[in-house]
Amino acid sequence: MKKTLFLLLALPLGMVAQEKQKKNTKTQFTVHGNCEKCKKRIEKAAFSIKGVKWADWDISSNQISLIYNPQKVDLKMIHMGIAAQGHNTTEAKVKEEDYDELPKCCQYERKE
Amino acid sequence: MKKYILIVCLSWGVVYSQDPLSGLLQYRQNNKIYPLSGASVFWKNTTIGTVTDMEGIFQLERPPASDLLIISYIGFKTDTLKINTSFISHQMTQNQEYELDEFTVNQRRKASQKSFIETQNIRKLSSEELLKAACCNLSESFETNPAIDVNFADALTGTKQIKMLGLSSPYLLISEESIPMVRGASQAYGLTFTPGTWVESIQISKGAGSVSNGFESIAGQINTELKKPLTDIPFFLNLFASINGRYEMNTHFNLKFYDNWSAGLYVHGNKRTQKFDKNNDGFLDLPVSEQINLMNRWQYTDLENGWVSFLSWRYMNDEKLLGALSYNSQKDKGMKNRWGSEIKTERWDASFKVGYVFPEIPYQSFGFQTAYSSHIQDSYYGLRAYDINQQSFYTNLIFNSIIGNTLNKFKVGLNYSFDEYVEQVDGDLYNRSDWNVGSFFEFYHDNNDNFSWIAGIRVDFHNNFGSFLTPRIHVRYVPLEDFVIRLSAGGGRKAANIFAENQTLFATNRAINIQSSQGKIYGLNPEKAWNYGLGLSKSFYISSPHKMTLSADYYITLFTDQVVVDWEVPRQISFYNLERQSSAKSFQLELDYYYRNFLNFRVAFKNYDVQMDYKSGLMQKPLLAKNRFFANLGWESKISPMDNQWRWDLTYHYLGAQRLVHNILDLDHPRGFSPSYSLWNTQLTRSFSKKFEIYLGAENIGNYRQLSPIIGSDDPFGEDFDAAQIYAPIFGGIVYSGLRLKI
Repeated sequence: MKKTLFLLLALPLGMVAQEKQKKNTKTQFTVHGNCEKCKKRIEKAAFSIKGVKWADWDISSNQISLIYNPQKVDLKMIHMGIAAQGHNTTEAKVKEEDYDELPKCCQYERKE
Repeated sequence: MKKYILIVCLSWGVVYSQDPLSGLLQYRQNNKIYPLSGASVFWKNTTIGTVTDMEGIFQLERPPASDLLIISYIGFKTDTLKINTSFISHQMTQNQEYELDEFTVNQRRKASQKSFIETQNIRKLSSEELLKAACCNLSESFETNPAIDVNFADALTGTKQIKMLGLSSPYLLISEESIPMVRGASQAYGLTFTPGTWVESIQISKGAGSVSNGFESIAGQINTELKKPLTDIPFFLNLFASINGRYEMNTHFNLKFYDNWSAGLYVHGNKRTQKFDKNNDGFLDLPVSEQINLMNRWQYTDLENGWVSFLSWRYMNDEKLLGALSYNSQKDKGMKNRWGSEIKTERWDASFKVGYVFPEIPYQSFGFQTAYSSHIQDSYYGLRAYDINQQSFYTNLIFNSIIGNTLNKFKVGLNYSFDEYVEQVDGDLYNRSDWNVGSFFEFYHDNNDNFSWIAGIRVDFHNNFGSFLTPRIHVRYVPLEDFVIRLSAGGGRKAANIFAENQTLFATNRAINIQSSQGKIYGLNPEKAWNYGLGLSKSFYISSPHKMTLSADYYITLFTDQVVVDWEVPRQISFYNLERQSSAKSFQLELDYYYRNFLNFRVAFKNYDVQMDYKSGLMQKPLLAKNRFFANLGWESKISPMDNQWRWDLTYHYLGAQRLVHNILDLDHPRGFSPSYSLWNTQLTRSFSKKFEIYLGAENIGNYRQLSPIIGSDDPFGEDFDAAQIYAPIFGGIVYSGLRLKI
């Protein structure tokens, strides 16, 4: 028991040492949506992409702020991942059927 | 946090709307202005955008459809500007969300907030709520809040004691900026050693808390955040006087200098010189007292690089004189002619904290805290002497980061604490050293929707407790809109500092009887308990200006080991480890109603079933009302253009019968229960401008008093003497008034 406990005690230090830097890229782009519900959907879509570490979508500006690991995912994939959930981004357009499946309040205005 | 937005729009000559737009983006740091390069600038609802260059300059084509320009950059607030010129110069505001610890500083919205988002059952009290009870220190800050019950400790010192879930403050972890504060020697009077005006906000979490601050919390945690020199106003003055002869003064001075430094000096003094004996028992109703309290804080903040640091020290000297009205300490000390008592406390505190947030990845940070305190209390109660000297050292290192993404956060850290106690009790000497090394890991998951949980575990090595694990878990689930379910479970343990925690025993002539179980702390074993909680909360929006929240919670604390304080046998007080199990069950039902932002009504019903495992059998804890009722009505007028405002507050407390344990050997008369009673408090504040306000208040308007609070007051050196059977106020109604000056 005592030995295992001591190992547990040392664990946090090991984890701190392992944490690597410079795998973090910040980015920001427009994702179309309207409401609080969209915020949940968009952020959920972003977080479900492996390599996305932090996501925050702002309702009023329609801006998503992201921190991601470029070694794990490239930006294009993130755009596509979000668009796959029905939200247009600056780089990726949503398929018609995905848009139709959006909750009513999230059916943002599309411009051609 | 101070946020500043300066928008300067300059027009250059004649403006043609189809001209390209050019602009300059800057930000302010430490009163210097820097260009903001790499920020993105684009027209709303278009794909036309660009990025600022090294000098913060950009040029952008104008689309025909949009005149709203969005400027954003990570770490700054996103701004949307309406553009009707061909050149703009704009200053961006930083998101200042760096903090030293897990708690969020209050936003100035509602004075008391029960959070829907937090996984734990946390209630936050802002400085506005704290102002509702104008007097005077931390122990009195909870009167307008139903989560915590305030009781009188004894008939002599006028000290108020707090309880949560039916358990008294030793079972709470009371910390100041995450550093454990009211513990050990300061348990009896510690809450009166923090002036109310120093407090910025209080976070109260019921039940098993976080593991990051130690294993000691059993019923809950109370953390106070003090005013910070960077964000506090440059000068603050508060004067207070009440008809019970209490005078207080608080002054704060804050200064910002160089680029990143700020310092604060906080001075508090209170004094009561008048002597009162309204109930004619020959004893002072309230002590004659004097306190000086000083704090000096230095804050270093460099948000650009992610550093925040605090260096603080405090000095406190408190003197109380209590007992017989005509007691003269020079003539009567140690004599049997008059009963008197003096309690002198001197305390030093010093702490250093540093926090670092990785600038590139704001979700990763580390924090380091270290604190030292020295607490010396010299006191005597009649012929009984009690001295305690505690030296404490505490240090904590925390690292916060994520696993994969910010929906999965974790916190790891190490603690070390050391306490040395020297106590003298009626001539017997007790020495003890406690030290502990602990390590913890806490994982937090949030599905960004309706489910989140926190699981924490810590492992500790304690010289007197041995090595042990402390697990704690919290779950939050939102099955329907505006309906939250919370569950919590966790363990805790603590050393019972039997004399410091039960100092009221010295206000009796009971004989002390410690029934040793061969433990290391006064011969007793540490206390161990498990706490389980369930909370439900539902919000209703009746129609737009009305908002109502109904919440209920139920907590069970099961003591697998406890140091039972047994007042049951007259003429003695016994301490022993329990043989079976003690439990505390607490139920609270609360309704909160808001009408717009200016009317708030809150009612709460509370039921406590606290069964102590006495040698003589299970019984409800004495001097604890089984049923309590609370109501608070708050009203604020609209703030006029001249910043005039009225604020009014009315609080009602009902306390049911409390079991009494008189120190009288009278077999013919069973001890029975106290009568139930009600208390009303009110306060009116008038602010004349942002800088000046006055307040007038009354406590205990119905003037309810416990008429003969001291048993055996005619023979204070006899065996029956007992000033510890206090269930109601002694002094009766109080009127007070004061002013606040903020510059």
